[in-house]
Amino acid sequence: MSLLAVNLLNGLSWGMLLFLISVGLTTIFGVLGVLNFAHGSLFMVGAYACMQAARWTGSFWAGLLAAPLAVAALGAVAERGLLRRVYGRDVTFQLLLTFALLLVLDDGVRLVWGPAYHMVEPPGPLAGTVAVGDYSFPVYRLFLVVTGPVVGAALWAFFHLHRWGKIVRAAASDREMAAALGIRVPLLFTGVFAFGSWLAGVGGALAAPHQSVGPGMGERVVIESFIVVVVGGLGSFPGAFVGALLLGLVEAFGTQFMGPAQMAVPYLLLAGVLAARPRGLFGEDRP
Amino acid sequence: MTPAWRSPTVLGAAGAAGLALAGLLLPTYALLVATEILLLAIFALAFNLLFGYSGLLSFGQAGFFGAGGYLGALVLLHGPQSLWLALAAGVVGAALLAVPIGALCVRREEIFFAVLTLALGMMLYTVAFNWRGVTGGSDGLTGFPVPPLSLGPWEVSLFHPRHMYLFVLAVAAAVAALLWRVVRSPFGLLLRAARENPERLAFVGANVRRVRLAAFVVSAALSGLAGVLFALFNRIAAPDALHWAFSARPVLMTILGGSGVFLGPVAGAAAFYALEQLVTRWTESWMIVLGALLALLVVVFPRGILGTLVALAGRRRP
Repeated sequence: MSLLAVNLLNGLSWGMLLFLISVGLTTIFGVLGVLNFAHGSLFMVGAYACMQAARWTGSFWAGLLAAPLAVAALGAVAERGLLRRVYGRDVTFQLLLTFALLLVLDDGVRLVWGPAYHMVEPPGPLAGTVAVGDYSFPVYRLFLVVTGPVVGAALWAFFHLHRWGKIVRAAASDREMAAALGIRVPLLFTGVFAFGSWLAGVGGALAAPHQSVGPGMGERVVIESFIVVVVGGLGSFPGAFVGALLLGLVEAFGTQFMGPAQMAVPYLLLAGVLAARPRGLFGEDRP
Repeated sequence: MTPAWRSPTVLGAAGAAGLALAGLLLPTYALLVATEILLLAIFALAFNLLFGYSGLLSFGQAGFFGAGGYLGALVLLHGPQSLWLALAAGVVGAALLAVPIGALCVRREEIFFAVLTLALGMMLYTVAFNWRGVTGGSDGLTGFPVPPLSLGPWEVSLFHPRHMYLFVLAVAAAVAALLWRVVRSPFGLLLRAARENPERLAFVGANVRRVRLAAFVVSAALSGLAGVLFALFNRIAAPDALHWAFSARPVLMTILGGSGVFLGPVAGAAAFYALEQLVTRWTESWMIVLGALLALLVVVFPRGILGTLVALAGRRRP
């Protein structure tokens, strides 16, 4: 019974991180129509920036505050400097441009921080473990399990209650109409890309004490967040939430029960959902 | 009217003969370099059947490339000692894998197609990486014998770099000729029509998905062929060859050379190889240079090297 609880909590904590990353990815796609290959790299930059800030200031919280802002600034520059030039061209060119960004960021991180792995200690009150039945469980992961729904609720409120959130949703559902109603679309695009990057940065900063910070960490995340958004339905906010939790849970239980075959589980989930619902669980049936 | 000597068949045959002649003269190191470029050129040509001619950007082609390598190596390790059989296993195996994977991927296009091929290609990578008993896990498969190639009465050992080069060149020429036929055929026309306007094509009665699936399977089979040759050339079938970082290679080569020109991927493979050698000589951050170059190509020269040259030549000759 307690083993079940541990797996459940593990799945939820990773699922919550995946949710933060995927919701940024899916929002950028919904508004800009661009799938950001570099999203995992932005996540990784967030983790490194958090580690660096925590080293300089001695406080994880300072890192959690500063790192996502740095990543958001990076995203804004990338949108202004690169992506802006290829809107209206074939979407594969936009994809390739974000792939170019991925190459530069991944190697750039290696250049700045070296190939080694780094550890970030969880902040004081969140360090250590608690007993879950017969098992000891890291407090920090419990913190993640709680943070996820809080951030999710805040995002929901932002998208549905705040004026800016409504503008983002309006632009996502009909870009031309939003522009006709006087919304400054170029500014909105930069803002949304920066916001999605900020979310990736938050995910990265929160992940820093959860796992070791190293040059390979973006890769797993970008593939898994792609799976999440395809399973949930690209562009769908609830889809990202359900997809992320689903993936986190099947991975946690897969590790427990399937041995080495568990690494295939995310892909089986993807293939199964696609075969049944090609547009994803929450995808709309429009082309 | 194009004079007969400038027909693609004659030019292609002359080019292949020239490269074969070069193979008799070049020193060993140059032969190894040229062989690797040709291998990657086959892979990039196969990729461009999807990208350039069908408008489908696959980020998972390495899954078939690497799977072909493993299947060839497995035949040589456990099966009869026949090079032809190993090559056939790679081609047929990759094609069979491509049928269900392609069927899932061609249900969507553009961005989704790229994501799905990426994810399902990584699924093949995970299998290769984790199925230790069969694939050797992260070590890959090594130590498989490379039997001589039987050509009727002759037996040719591929251990000699010159023989390897000529063999790979022959395969590359055959693949190029085959793909040339394919893209000029009515089927090739259907592919381009599906790229330009799938709705309209469906409206006149064509099955867009089936056309795309056929292209996907052909591309995967040829990628598998390149994969077997790559495994034979390097004497190892390793999981890296299935990873999406490897899938990015034909993408980058094709963009570099030009996706709109038939031989663009070949030129791209050569240019990519040369650049990699040059850049890694003075810096370890090859990926940063590559990323910057890709961004430059996409923003300023989306036609690639060969595509830009052809466009310039076309402008001069009215």
